[in-house]
Order: sequence, then structure tokens, then C-alpha cells
Amino acid sequence: MRKVLMLAVPVVMAGAAQAGTLELSVEIPKLTVAEYHRPYLAIWIEDANGKVAANLSVWYDVDLKDNEGEKWLKDIRQWWRRTGRTLDMPVDGVSSPTKPPGKNTVKFDTAKGSIANLAPGEYKIIVEASREVGGKELVEIPFKWAPGTETTASASGKEELGAITLKLTK
Amino acid sequence: MKTLAKRLLVAAAVVSLTVGAAHAHRAWFVASSTVVSGDNPWVTVDGAVSNNLFFPDHRPMQIEAITITAPDGSVVKPQNATVGQYRTTFDVKLEQKGTYRIAQANSGLNASWKEGAETKRWRGTLAEYTAQGIDKKPGVELTLSSRRVETFVTNGAPSDLKASGKGLELTPVTHPNDLYAGEEITFKLTDNGKPAANVEVVMIAGGDRYREEAGELKLKSGADGTLKFKLENAGMYWLEAESKGTASMEGKTLNSMSTYVAVLEVLPG
Repeated sequence: MRKVLMLAVPVVMAGAAQAGTLELSVEIPKLTVAEYHRPYLAIWIEDANGKVAANLSVWYDVDLKDNEGEKWLKDIRQWWRRTGRTLDMPVDGVSSPTKPPGKNTVKFDTAKGSIANLAPGEYKIIVEASREVGGKELVEIPFKWAPGTETTASASGKEELGAITLKLTK
Repeated sequence: MKTLAKRLLVAAAVVSLTVGAAHAHRAWFVASSTVVSGDNPWVTVDGAVSNNLFFPDHRPMQIEAITITAPDGSVVKPQNATVGQYRTTFDVKLEQKGTYRIAQANSGLNASWKEGAETKRWRGTLAEYTAQGIDKKPGVELTLSSRRVETFVTNGAPSDLKASGKGLELTPVTHPNDLYAGEEITFKLTDNGKPAANVEVVMIAGGDRYREEAGELKLKSGADGTLKFKLENAGMYWLEAESKGTASMEGKTLNSMSTYVAVLEVLPG
């Protein structure tokens, strides 16, 4: 009896929120254009049914006067449709300033926030960029969420986004 | 019946002049954005009657007849309104979250009869119709016309839209500010609040000036008024539906003609 219980413990642990890191490297390409503005960008996790499972980050002009930056959030179209329009901005831990061209790495503690509630299974991490007087692009990286396992996956955009790399570490 | 007649009389008295005037052309409202975010966003709206979509080239919309309804049902005033030669422009401040309806709805009575080879036309109220002896004209046809032209703008998440219950209208199943290319869109058409079956609907994408053919998409509502379709391309679309039937006012049976126009933005999916 005792032996069985001992065995059961690690299994239960694996299913629950476990300390770990979800690291995402997002490359913003350097563009030679007449008028350049850093893109507004959203990162979220979608479940197998296309529903937003975790809202990770949205980069926009958080410090503009009169919350002027929020006026353009609707241009991150898919994010806006799926989750943005029902949020009361800014959202703690989600709202963040825009980032410069180059590789930008963001890390999330998998034991905290909405990631902690993810059931093991198939998901996609989605990065959507929308640039003022520029283009829009959305990149998806499918991944398997199995807490306690390590994974690396990547995908690349063509115009508005460069290489996107997802690393899940214990 | 009496209340209906009364309501129709009032409506006819107020706006009888505008009905029919623009019928041969395309009436529309185009908002600068149909989906907005942020604190107290604004949109600017053009209203016109034109040949090409959406280029003003004929007449402006009449500003007095425009009603802007906020998500909570209250009526919002257009701001900075200007009536130009070809278009009317006004701004709307969206202080509430949800969907605003920008509409021009009117109805009126008109009659026509023959005097020799000549077709005579008349507009007025039902009381005037009998008082002026129009009802005694030989072969007179009395028609109740109603027309609604509208568009929608959503601040934040879309909210429910209530039908007015008057004339031909579109009731959302798919929200009019939640339309995407390649995805099925479902609307319900109602006429005086009842399902409008077998109504012919035409949809045309804006920018027809640059196309040889307007590329009319012809649709028809089902027995329960349902309209189902898919659009391949994103863009600003003009939808027009027209239904003809009969109405009854104070025991009189008359023709009824109802036109509905909506300008709908379809976003890339």
C-alpha cells in the first residue's frame, strides 16, 4: 500500500504547476524604411480548439499621454479579436513597452499566471506583430505542453518578424 | 392596428421628403474605423449617396435624419457635422464600450396613378391621402416605403444589437463588427420584427470604380430569414436588401416596400 502511494506522488506532481521557464526569443528585423516605428506585438498561447489559453505579453507604447498607445492595440488584429478587446488595459505582467530591432528574450515562470493552469496537451504559441505605417505578421509555433519536460521549437517570420524560438526548461 | 397607423403617420409626416429621393443610387455610411480601442476613441463618418462605392459623387446624407445609438441604447449626437456638396461628415466619440449603430431610418407613404398617359405621383400622410381625395384617383396605388441605412462601430468587445422592429432589418447572428474573410457569416433578416423570407440581398465590395464589373454577390434569405455566406476577400462591403409586400393601415391594404442597407467591414481572417 505504501509503495503504491510513493509511486503515485511523482505522477501527481507532474500534472500540477511546476516551476520551470518558458523562454521566447523574438527577433524584430531591422528594416530600412522611410518611417520606422517599433512594432506593437502580442504573445499568447492557444489551445487545440483555437481558444486563448494564456495571455503572455503585449508590447505597445505603454507610457504615452492619455493612454494614446491603447488606441492602436486593435491593430494587433488577431490578438485583439481573441483576447485583447475583452481586457482592461494595462494588464499587470502582460503590458510591456515596445522593443527595439534585434533579438528580444522574454521569460515566463511556468508556475505563475495563466501558464500555471495549462493542462498537458497540444498548444501553439503565437506571436503577432503590427507596425505603424508598416505591415503585420503572425507566427505560430506548435508545441506539446508536458510539464517537467524540456522542449525547443522555432519558426520564422518573413517581413515583420524574424526567428522566433521557444524554449521550455525545467 | 390603430397604434401602428399612428406611428406610421408620424413617421410619414416627418420624413416623407427623403424617401425615394436617393433610391436609384447607393446610400452609405462609412466609418473611419469599425473596430476601435483605447480610452474614449473617436471615429469620423462619411455619409453619402453615390454611384461608386465608397466615393461621394451625388448627394450628401441628410444630417437631421441620422441617429447614433450607443451600446446602452441612448442616443448620441454627431459632432463636428458638415454637410458638403457630395457627402456629410461627422465625428462620433465612443465613450462606452460596445457597439454603436449609426443609422438613417425613414418611412413614408406615396401614391401613383395614371391620368391619361401621364403617371402622377404623390407623397404625404394617410390623413392627407383621403383629405386630398387621392384615394379616389382611378387605379391609385398606395405604397408604404421604409428605408434604413446603417453601419456599426465597436469600441472593445462587440455588444448585442437590438432590432427596431420597423421595416427590413438585419439582426446579427454573426456580429457585424466581427466579420472575417473566409469565415461563415450568418445574419437574420426581419421585416417589422418578423423573419423576412426569400429576400434578395446584394453585396458589393467597395472600390468598384477600379473594376470592370461591380462583382455583385447575390444572396437570398431562407424561410426563417437566415442569410448565410462567406466572403473570400477582406474589405468594406455594401449590403442592400429589398422586400416588397403588403401592409394594412386603418383597414386599407397597401403595397409596402422596404429597403435595408448596411456597410460592413470584413477583416482579414
